[in-house]
Amino acid sequence: MSAIANVHDHAEDHAHDHGHHHKETFITKYIFSEDHKMISKQYLITGLIMGIIGIAMSLLFRMQIAWPDHKFTAYEVLLGKFGEDGVMDPGIYLALVTIHGTIMVFFVLTAGLSGTFSNLLIPLQIGARDMASGFLNMVSYWLFFLSSIIMILSLFAEAGPASAGWTIYPPLSALPQAIGGSGTGMTLWLVSMAIFIASSLLGSLNYVVTVINLRTKGMSMTRMPLTIWAFFVTAIIGVVSFPVLLSAALLLIMDRSFGTSFYLSDIYIQGEVLHNQGGSPVLFEHLFWFLGHPEVYIVLLPALGITSEIIATNSRKPIFGYRAMVASILAIAFLSTIVWGHHMFVSGMNPFLGSVFTFTTLLIAIPSAVKSFNYITTLWKGNLQFNPGMLFSVGLVSTFITGGLTGIILGDSTLDINVHDTYFVVAHFHLVMGISALYGLFAGVYHWFPKMYGKMMNKNLGYAHFWITAIGAYGVFFPMHFVGMAGLPRRYYTNSNFPYFDDLADTNVLITVFAFIAAFAQLIFLYNFIISIFYGKKAEQNPWNSNTLEWTTPVKATHGNWPGELPIVHRWPYDYSKTNEDGEYVIAGQDYVPQTVPLQEGEEEMHH
Amino acid sequence: MTVFLTIVVIALFGITLWQMSKILNLSKVSGEDNSQVANDKDNNLQGKLMLVFVVLFYILMAYCFIQYNSYFLPESASEHGVDYDRLMLISMVLIMIVQILTQGLLHFFAYKYRGKKENKALFFADNDKLEFIWTIIPVIVLAGLIIYGLFTWTDIMNIDENEGDPLIVELYAYQFDWRARYAGADNELGKANVRFIEGINTLGLDVSDGYGKDDKITNELHLPVNRKVIFKMRSQDVLHSAYMPFFRAQMNVVPGMITEFAYTPTLTSEEMRNSEFMIEKVATINKIRKEKSKKLVKAGDEALEEYTFDYYLLCNKICGVSHYNMQMKIIVESEEDYEAWIKEQTTFGEQLSAQASN
Repeated sequence: MSAIANVHDHAEDHAHDHGHHHKETFITKYIFSEDHKMISKQYLITGLIMGIIGIAMSLLFRMQIAWPDHKFTAYEVLLGKFGEDGVMDPGIYLALVTIHGTIMVFFVLTAGLSGTFSNLLIPLQIGARDMASGFLNMVSYWLFFLSSIIMILSLFAEAGPASAGWTIYPPLSALPQAIGGSGTGMTLWLVSMAIFIASSLLGSLNYVVTVINLRTKGMSMTRMPLTIWAFFVTAIIGVVSFPVLLSAALLLIMDRSFGTSFYLSDIYIQGEVLHNQGGSPVLFEHLFWFLGHPEVYIVLLPALGITSEIIATNSRKPIFGYRAMVASILAIAFLSTIVWGHHMFVSGMNPFLGSVFTFTTLLIAIPSAVKSFNYITTLWKGNLQFNPGMLFSVGLVSTFITGGLTGIILGDSTLDINVHDTYFVVAHFHLVMGISALYGLFAGVYHWFPKMYGKMMNKNLGYAHFWITAIGAYGVFFPMHFVGMAGLPRRYYTNSNFPYFDDLADTNVLITVFAFIAAFAQLIFLYNFIISIFYGKKAEQNPWNSNTLEWTTPVKATHGNWPGELPIVHRWPYDYSKTNEDGEYVIAGQDYVPQTVPLQEGEEEMHH
Repeated sequence: MTVFLTIVVIALFGITLWQMSKILNLSKVSGEDNSQVANDKDNNLQGKLMLVFVVLFYILMAYCFIQYNSYFLPESASEHGVDYDRLMLISMVLIMIVQILTQGLLHFFAYKYRGKKENKALFFADNDKLEFIWTIIPVIVLAGLIIYGLFTWTDIMNIDENEGDPLIVELYAYQFDWRARYAGADNELGKANVRFIEGINTLGLDVSDGYGKDDKITNELHLPVNRKVIFKMRSQDVLHSAYMPFFRAQMNVVPGMITEFAYTPTLTSEEMRNSEFMIEKVATINKIRKEKSKKLVKAGDEALEEYTFDYYLLCNKICGVSHYNMQMKIIVESEEDYEAWIKEQTTFGEQLSAQASN
């Protein structure tokens, strides 16, 4: 206990140091900043730029899938020698698919989502001056930036960027003879990811330490907002699983460059027998998915945390079943580390293992179901305020359910046999982790924009953004399930070599059209985002009438977050519309009770 | 020129957005609330849109199931596939029920409880009974699915070479084609390794192994109907996946190890071709192809061939630039037809001696 008290003292001393400010230069304020709020903006903007690249790539390959016989000058302009005469090269098609996956999963949804909001909200919502280590936090961002730059550079590799799929299964990814992208492109991919992992680890350790040590007085674990619970647990999963990806990548680098045989055995390629003997690609699959599956939850949990907070605030109701929500997060986190084998039912591993993984995988549906039901119940008898953040949160619950349900099919080893690696899988994971997490990202940006920039985003543009995106997203991914059920494999450059798939062509065109509509809606968002930073309406201190601590800080952000003493917490964050026995609000005329308000006379604290 | 056009398009787009926001700004009567926080009017409109959205979503789902009905694979052409399809149907019905209920509730609540200034939300933070109910229901349902699924899985994956008289066939994958190797009269595949690949010995059979002499290597997969076939899969270079959708069968082909899958085909190619489903499907496809051909001929290209249905095996694990065209025809036929066909194929031993005598 005394240790914690000491930390608080330190934090306060620290704040006093900063009270009489040393002048910050442009470089220390905007570039090499150690302030968590600035770092979160850096993460967000880098993430958004990577997102633009990733989505643009998806449009290119969707065009190829929809109109395989057509020539597009866009290919020539954007792809250079890989799009000569307007015809897309099959190798670059695979590269686009690969880099789209890599960028969206790691750079947008891991760093852009978790990096942004963990940084912004952890100190603000637990009542801390900053992260436990501002310096490590800064290093974490700059490593992320460096890895982004290397990933972008890899696009210009002579023989093309990495193109073995975002899962980079060897031997394809290990042998430049097997595919052009496995030369320099793959090397840069691996270097970039190694740096990314280092960045992610530094960030995660920082989040964990901050949540454990720097909570303000009164902020017990059970009084933490669900956002913090989600970020905290996400960081733990990251610490547990990312190092395994690093070792997977390291062994792959050795196989590629130093002639080892961790993943390679008995290979004859381009008229030559390789010396490699005794390795197994299945080993790589195990290592990769040991991160790869938790990664899904690293992406998703922060989005669910953000949603919990936004739905409660905008429903003017406590989140239903706080304890169950925390328990679900913990259960999902635990189970997420023992389900990786469901990506490998037909990999050639022992079928008995498949049975075990089916069991654990379907178990994970239970906490997910509990979360969904709790969200729906939170809406029930609420007084819903449809701010753009709220729309995206409801949208997230919708796509999370739609995408999650098909997981019951894919998680069943038997059913996986015939839909494995078809478009059914593509539809499933895009809805459940891609679209859902993106909705979480958008919800968070709309909701906390006032905290980040002191301005409000335009709500009407926000509404347009949501509805067009919602229609586009379901328009793309719902029909895609059926294309997959027809047995159409993913990652096919064209389907025209199988006449059996000819009648799917129309649907593929439809999907591409919806993809363009959805992408167009993101331009509305970008416009709104940029314009609001400069010309947005000035935000009030607590625009959404929220209970959490970040809204007790001044609109104009200061280093150290609170100008005076740190706030003291007296209650959980979900006392919305709480009434006394006489039916009146606890604070007369106000349907919310901020966490800093002491218990009123005769009021009972929620025992959650 | 293209660059210029692109810039123009981007510029026009920017102007559109700029104008759009201008209109949005103008549409607001000055002095009215412009706090950018949702007011009752917004809540009312957005709540109603939620209801419209879920109706549209129901229509989309119904449309997909009706319109894309012909996309579903035909009845299974293998024995275990029948169980597979039944499990799939049960799961599908189950998840669609949950989907319709939860999406309905979610969006209906969003509509029903759209905010009004004078309304009061209910402070409802916990209810152990409710939470117990919706924890235990998924537990029971999933337990049922898991158990059913696992029984089916064990049945499918439990490959016993000694049971009955299975046909042993090797599937050999390489960038970017397939070969089938039949075990021959002894029904025992000869040893092989990529290190033995030389000249016509493209599959790397061990010449010193007697079992290999009578093996027959083909580029079409012929299977007798109603006889269990055990596939032993081997890859020459990278990962591939042998996907046979009509038989509900798939297994990765991994360099350095031999993977297995087994099934019993129950419908011959002829039977499948003449099934009601396939006649209709092929007619649709040929109609599409005819129309495409017209355009092609006009442009001076060759017309597309008319399509007749055959089973196929395709590669379903990214394996390189021609991954999209790595296929092999599968023909399921009567025992006699199969015997007649296999007799015509030359054995590996014959191939070797033919080469030696040349």
